[in-house]
Amino acid sequence: MTLEILGISVLWTFLFGYILIGAIDFGAGFFNAYSLITGRQRILTNIIQRYLSPVWEVTNVFLVFFFVGIIGFFPKTAFYYGTTLLVPVSIGIILLAIRGSYYAFETYGARGHKGYSFMYGLAGILIPASLSIVLTISEGGFIDMVDGNPVLDYWRLFTSPLTWAIVVLSIAATLYISAVFLTWYANKAHDTDATNLLRKYALIWALPTIITAGGIIFELRNHNPEHYSHIQSFWPMFLLSFIMFVGTVWLLWKRSKYGLAFMLLVGQFAFAFFGYGASHYPYLLYPYLTIYDSFTNPAMAISLIVVFIMGLGLLIPSLYLLMRLFLFDKDYVRGKGDYHA
Amino acid sequence: MGNEEAVFFSRVLTETTLSFHIIYATIGVGVPLMIMIAQWVGIKKNDEHYILLARRWARGFIITVAVGVVTGTAIGLQLSLLWPNFMELAGNVIALPLFMETFAFFFEAIFLGIYLYTWDRFENQKKHFLLLIPVAIGASFSAVFITIVNAFMNAPRGFDIANGELININPLLAMFNPAMPTKVAHVVVTAYMTAAFVLAAIAAFRLLKGSNHIYHKKALYLTMKVGLVFAIAAAIIGDFSGKYLAEYQPEKLAAAEWHLETSENAPLIMYGILKDGEVKYAIEIPFALSFLAHSSFTQEVIGLDQFPEDEIPPLYIHYLFDIMITIGVWMILLSAVFWIGMKRSWKMVSTKWFRWLIVLGGPLSMIAIEAGWWLAEVGRQPWILRGLMRTQDAATTSGHVDTMLILFCLLYLVLGIGSIVVLRKMFRNNPVEREIEDRDSEKGGDLL
Repeated sequence: MTLEILGISVLWTFLFGYILIGAIDFGAGFFNAYSLITGRQRILTNIIQRYLSPVWEVTNVFLVFFFVGIIGFFPKTAFYYGTTLLVPVSIGIILLAIRGSYYAFETYGARGHKGYSFMYGLAGILIPASLSIVLTISEGGFIDMVDGNPVLDYWRLFTSPLTWAIVVLSIAATLYISAVFLTWYANKAHDTDATNLLRKYALIWALPTIITAGGIIFELRNHNPEHYSHIQSFWPMFLLSFIMFVGTVWLLWKRSKYGLAFMLLVGQFAFAFFGYGASHYPYLLYPYLTIYDSFTNPAMAISLIVVFIMGLGLLIPSLYLLMRLFLFDKDYVRGKGDYHA
Repeated sequence: MGNEEAVFFSRVLTETTLSFHIIYATIGVGVPLMIMIAQWVGIKKNDEHYILLARRWARGFIITVAVGVVTGTAIGLQLSLLWPNFMELAGNVIALPLFMETFAFFFEAIFLGIYLYTWDRFENQKKHFLLLIPVAIGASFSAVFITIVNAFMNAPRGFDIANGELININPLLAMFNPAMPTKVAHVVVTAYMTAAFVLAAIAAFRLLKGSNHIYHKKALYLTMKVGLVFAIAAAIIGDFSGKYLAEYQPEKLAAAEWHLETSENAPLIMYGILKDGEVKYAIEIPFALSFLAHSSFTQEVIGLDQFPEDEIPPLYIHYLFDIMITIGVWMILLSAVFWIGMKRSWKMVSTKWFRWLIVLGGPLSMIAIEAGWWLAEVGRQPWILRGLMRTQDAATTSGHVDTMLILFCLLYLVLGIGSIVVLRKMFRNNPVEREIEDRDSEKGGDLL
């Protein structure tokens, strides 16, 4: 394995981590706001707050980790993506800022404040859409080189069916992932009402998720035939992903083994995400940038990897402690004893 | 929009983001240490008031952390969005501390979450103290690593250039550049100092507004004492920074001091205005600049005449320098008088007007932080990487920076107002007297 592949694999894994826990986070914020507006907050708010509060800051770090890491390992991405993404990513930052701070305002400052909850619920659901534009652009066809500088063609971007398929997928998947996780969490807390409601949401969002995911592969056939043919050679991964999807929905339908259902969901997205990533190889930005011509110098690469390993040595035990105290602690999950600030 | 405009708006947007961010970042670096100290004192003295102090600070701290985190994310991404050419070049050399910063941030985030959600879960207060150590370490090390990146921009090292390409890159040499020791030390220490004085201002304000509780008096004494220690440290390190500038970045020192011509026995110029190339109404302290620069009253100090016109930073940074130094010295005096006064039970330090001065000290310290950063950053102009890359060559070519500037200004307005409203509400609705009563009735113990 070359350093380039190691680098991108590490980053891709962190991006996957962000997508997964970010989706739980953003979706939960949306369900929270929705339940507040429809007068069901009694059922959902406690479960959602209990899970989210200790981890909201950690979620954000995954994103920071990814974008700092990609500039570190692949400095040329700053030139191509930095120049072209000013508008979409700025909008993403603004949404993230509103969401993050209003979440804290509502949770710690003014509990149950409808305006704040609405703000962070709405901002949260738009974040995946605004950030997923990056994935669309990486497929190529939206950037022209003018005087040696990359320029984004907004008209082509916003009229492309691929763009909208990815946007819809990101929103549907966010709500789906979040609902499945929270079903499991609510069930662990022995909260029947919340479990049933969330299970219903999970089943509702399962179908749009799988339809748009399939649709994107279809779109790619026209948009980027080279990528499409690569995807085909990874078909076993996508098949496995689909089987796991069926497994999740089946378990939800039968109201059994919610923990296993969530594990299958993680597997489903992992196979699809890594299959997609692997088929994108070797391009970071089709056709201008590959992982080879953008890779940093060997001295930096090695020092980054050393720091990364040392950092993980610190992080894994800490994350384990966090999960033990909040995710796997029966009393905490069931809401016995209120120890929060 | 032409490139010149993109450069201008990129600079304004970066400055706006950073100026807003450092308010919350400074609190974010300094307050965890203060919380840790209060918890420690509480355990040592077996005094519940200090434990409560730690908790109430922590509760307010969450709000500032949230804004600090999201604006920090903003500046992190804006570096690549607004300065893509700079990041492409610098990423090759200085990515290491940026990467390490995310780990420090990660570490802090995890343990802050744990600390906030385990109150009174453990019988032993020492466990809660142990949770605070990684929070404080993570917060301080974020500042250390990110300041290393900034130090690199002032003194780029750790690579060679051959035919326009970077070779022989040494990430560690880039990190431990000559600007790093003084910069890192000054940033961390002034953050501690400012956090202490901001918390002191809150305690003094509560005392002025009618609450005469011993809790606020303990808080005031603790924060002023800690503030004094760090203010003195900041001044000493500031002196080292001057010596660093004289050695490695003389044009910044010369511009900040209005030292127009190279000379020996150089005087230090304070205040005054610059009119048609002449300094007027200034206070001159003879030989002081030579001493600041070289620890010798007579040695030669390089003046602005030694630099080509287009490599000289704007001369208005002198005013920023004055503001920073004046506030720093004032805060040392104020806290020293308070501390001595408390020791000798002078009446003066408990009078209303003195407490108002302490209240004023909080925002003043924050102004000093802003002025210091503007001085450091504008003093580096016209370079983004001193001696290597000019600011105008680093900026984006995108034509939408002006619109983004407006959007971000609105965002900071919303976040600024939101955080103030929420913080006020939090403490107004739950004054310390009531919280002590609540805890008292819960435990049935003797808190008062």
